[in-house]
Amino acid sequence: MIGDLDFEVIGRSLPYLLRGLQYTVQLTVVAALGGTFFGTLLAMARLSSFRPVSLTAAGYVNLMRSVPLLLVIFWFYFLAPVIVQSVMGWERPPQIGAERSAYITFIMFEAAYFCEIMRAGIQSISKGQVGAAFALGLNYWQAMKLVILPQAFRNMLPVLLTQTIVLFQDVSLVSLLNVTDFVGASVKIAQRDSRVVEMYAFVAVVYFILCYSLSTLVKQLQRRIAIIH
Amino acid sequence: MIEINNISKWYGSFQVLSDCTTSVKKGEVVVVCGPSGSGKSTLIKCVNALEPFQKGDIIVDGISVTDPKTNLSKLRARIGMVFQNFELFPHMRITDNLTLAQIKVLGRSREEAAARGLKMLERVGLKEQAHKFPGQLSGGQQQRVAIARALAMDPIAMLFDEPTSALDPEMINEVLDVMVELAKEGMTMMCVTHEMGFARKVAHRVIFMDQGRIVEDDTKDEFFGKPRSERAQQFLSKILHH
Amino acid sequence: MHLGIFLEQVPDGNMAWWQMLASGLGWTLATAFFAWIMAFVLGSIVGVVRTTDNHWAVRIGDAYVELFRNIPLIVQFFIWYFVVPGLVLAVKRWVVTLDPTQHQFVTAVICLGFFTSARIAEQVRSGIQSLSRGQRNAGYALGLTQTQTYRFVLLPMAYRIIIPPLTSEIMNLIKNTAVAYSIGLVELFFRTREMAEMTFRYFDAFTAATVIYVVIALTANRVMALIERRLAVPGYITGGK
Repeated sequence: MIGDLDFEVIGRSLPYLLRGLQYTVQLTVVAALGGTFFGTLLAMARLSSFRPVSLTAAGYVNLMRSVPLLLVIFWFYFLAPVIVQSVMGWERPPQIGAERSAYITFIMFEAAYFCEIMRAGIQSISKGQVGAAFALGLNYWQAMKLVILPQAFRNMLPVLLTQTIVLFQDVSLVSLLNVTDFVGASVKIAQRDSRVVEMYAFVAVVYFILCYSLSTLVKQLQRRIAIIH
Repeated sequence: MIEINNISKWYGSFQVLSDCTTSVKKGEVVVVCGPSGSGKSTLIKCVNALEPFQKGDIIVDGISVTDPKTNLSKLRARIGMVFQNFELFPHMRITDNLTLAQIKVLGRSREEAAARGLKMLERVGLKEQAHKFPGQLSGGQQQRVAIARALAMDPIAMLFDEPTSALDPEMINEVLDVMVELAKEGMTMMCVTHEMGFARKVAHRVIFMDQGRIVEDDTKDEFFGKPRSERAQQFLSKILHH
Repeated sequence: MHLGIFLEQVPDGNMAWWQMLASGLGWTLATAFFAWIMAFVLGSIVGVVRTTDNHWAVRIGDAYVELFRNIPLIVQFFIWYFVVPGLVLAVKRWVVTLDPTQHQFVTAVICLGFFTSARIAEQVRSGIQSLSRGQRNAGYALGLTQTQTYRFVLLPMAYRIIIPPLTSEIMNLIKNTAVAYSIGLVELFFRTREMAEMTFRYFDAFTAATVIYVVIALTANRVMALIERRLAVPGYITGGK
């Protein structure tokens, strides 16, 4: 059995695979940054004392969290042109394509997950800090930006990074929309060259090495933060 | 009954017990005291092998604790232990807390175990609480239940690991009363405690520990008369002044 | 959105679209159910092993968890569906005796079972470790063996404590069954997409699926909250909510 294996296929297709990996990394980074930004806004909305705002935000987050990511990916693939059309006020929906709609998908999807993390982070800051900021005459936005969020962000950094590693893995689902991310690239090579076993084993090993190293780094960071506190 | 021979214990390179030797005879009540971190809790946990140690040996009723052939579960079942934080099992009613080990370890029937448990519960004055859960009792009541749980196993000796230090002051006496009664009935007891009133009343011997060593091992009268070491004198004066 | 579409017949079958989705839902729930049983048993064993004093066992348990946590689920599906039969002759011989749906179903259960077991192992470990060392000692001091101490003292409390995270794991598992679409299992998402492509009614199909998944999530939440209340220990305040 093993004799039939041909791992040269990996070497031959390495540039193509690397381009896929590059897309995966790009999408991860953009979605993590965008997700953190919108997630933080959502968290502030969820904690708002104005009920319509907090309920809307909670509804959005709960909806995103109860639906499979795969369904969300297809939803946005289908809805993205319509959304862009209405936002831009264009007459026709633009051709967006799966590769670009995935950016919107993951930012919107991750926002819901990052929201919950940031909410916990904001709630972990003592009420005294908020009081102190207001006592100094800061308004809500200043207090958030200068006092609360920096602390919340620092406390939650390990969790945010762990979620980003999960995101890095989740991005692979875009391959089901025929996008050439790392998994998508390997699927295409695997089918073209009929080297399914070799390709998927290789992909699994690469993911494992990357994710395991990253999570080890996050653990070290966590330990260092724990010492500082 | 309990012989502790030259035991030493290290956590990594930190020595928590150095060369401790003492013994508890049948029917004897021995109080172990000393400042926090002196190793007294560790020492008492070594007696029923809850804490492993690297050097020395402990022999309980003729059986070596370190011998790999010793059935530790059987040995532990014969020694009752009471913990600082009670350690009742929160998900079980008081009756089930009392009968669990009787059934599973001693192989008693459910009825027999329940009867025995109830008798012990009556002894500590809590018969009417039998169907409650531990979380519904006060700390003092929980600790009395814990004593009853240990007694229900018909132990040959009892170990107490700071049984009153987690209690509110007004609950300490109800627990001490039970312990005093037990001592007067002739139970073999080894107690880690700071309650010097209890030691005065019922102890035969007092052991004072400091920095992992047994510094004093005296009869009660000797100890309260005038301990030989300066450390023990300092400790006593601190403890007795409040 | 008009609901008539769900009553329309599927072109090459004698079913209406709503029945098609319902059968997809059936596969989704069946997959999740069997995978959960597998994950719960395996995860509990691995979780317990990681709290013992045996260093080697702990290390193997840790490695198990890391293995399943650091590879994307879709890649794990490919491994179980393509790579394992490709490498192990015995598996290949067995697989060819199955019809495709059986093969996809068994693969999905095994894949999701292992994947979820690693996450449950992590919860079980942290549940046990959140109990005080004294509880374990109290069990040992009464003469209970290690197995008995786990069975009667540690696990009953640990499971109660981790009901909330286990609830989210159940929901994650149900959502993750959608990834079985990648190997062609005809679960709910597969049927949804099929309906969308064949009728061009993307909005209706996706909305239906979204509603179904939300209802499942709400139901799972309710059921677990009920179980949590039934198992609550009187007088014992659990952390968090």
